[in-house]
Amino acid sequence: MIDFHLDPKSGVAPYMQLVQQVQQALRLGMLKVGDQLPTVKHVVAKIAINPNTVLKAYRELERQGLVAPKPGRGTFITATLADDSLSAHQALRTELEHWIAKAEAAGLDHDAIQALITTTLRKTHQGKP
Amino acid sequence: MNPPILHTKALTKRYGHHTALTDVTLTLPTGSIVGLVGPNGAGKSTLLALTSGLIRPTSGTIEVLGSPPAADAAQLARVGFVAQDTPVYAALTVDEHLRMGRRLNPHWDARLAADRIRQIGLDPTKKAGRLSGGQKAQLALTIAAAKRPELLIFDEPVAALDPLARRAFLQNLMEFVADLDVSVILSSHLLSDVERVCDHLIVLAESRVQIAGDTETLIAGHHRLVGPRGDLPDLPAGVEVISADHTERQTTLIVRNTGPDTPRALRETPNLDLEDMVLTYLHRAGRITGETTTPVEATR
Repeated sequence: MIDFHLDPKSGVAPYMQLVQQVQQALRLGMLKVGDQLPTVKHVVAKIAINPNTVLKAYRELERQGLVAPKPGRGTFITATLADDSLSAHQALRTELEHWIAKAEAAGLDHDAIQALITTTLRKTHQGKP
Repeated sequence: MNPPILHTKALTKRYGHHTALTDVTLTLPTGSIVGLVGPNGAGKSTLLALTSGLIRPTSGTIEVLGSPPAADAAQLARVGFVAQDTPVYAALTVDEHLRMGRRLNPHWDARLAADRIRQIGLDPTKKAGRLSGGQKAQLALTIAAAKRPELLIFDEPVAALDPLARRAFLQNLMEFVADLDVSVILSSHLLSDVERVCDHLIVLAESRVQIAGDTETLIAGHHRLVGPRGDLPDLPAGVEVISADHTERQTTLIVRNTGPDTPRALRETPNLDLEDMVLTYLHRAGRITGETTTPVEATR
């Protein structure tokens, strides 16, 4: 079982903070397939947030295929982020290294590259329904 | 579809020559936790008193859970109201408060009340006058919730509490919401608390609603544009300027996008946080009426 926390100064919507904390725990192996997430009641009683925020976070995790609700029992982890994508990491990293080399050759510095990646990521996500 | 928890049209309340609430038109969906914020004297308590049926409007209409407020005993049982300073009877014990609640309320949930009193660690034999501020607030909350209302209304529930007691109160309140499926309207000066627990926001100032809506949608719709003075991009349709600040070289605009999609010009601009958004509207309300408004206290 993991505990959630809320950082009011992060600028990230509260439900998204919960989503990110579960994703992080999955990447780090703190949560494994079959583990149960805290119940909504447990989370709201612990960190004093709106139950709808917790439900929204769990729905988003379900949409991402990371958890599944079992009626009357709770919400359980159904996939791990670490193992699933790990095999693809190496090939993607090599491609990215090539791309970064090209960007540097074109005169972009570290900050410019970072900004380009961040904005492109955001735009790509905005384009999706 | 359940009727909205609150539905008002041009709701107005005057006391003699003083207008406490002007032309409030609102619809709050069922299941919401609504934060009502604004400076002292903005009309927050008036709106809550109208909603709970303690006072009647001068003009306009109001429906609470689909019926006129406090229309009859059945309607009274559907709404729980905790006034400012979470009043309890100093001479009565905790247990006597619960017994009184059972006598006075048709749907009283005795088990819920007893369980919660035990969980928060209140001594049933203790007189309410000897409880701490936080414990009094918890007792008032427990009594209001054990009525099993569909809507709970709180006027400044945590204003007088220290941070620890405040958090404990909100934890308890959120647990009730998760357990009982109850909607909530609460007024507060503490924007960090509102941000934490509320999914709907109403900003009141100068007796008028400055802005209201789903908190996340509101935040996603507000952007800060900073540019060289006089050289800001033309704003697309549906984008309204809420405030403009100029220094010698720079112009800062706070804009609100009311369209369904974020226009290209706003995509790379940061959203305002809840506190800045609320303060922008309060400053604007103060400027329009030409009076100086006490800003909402951001932290205490």
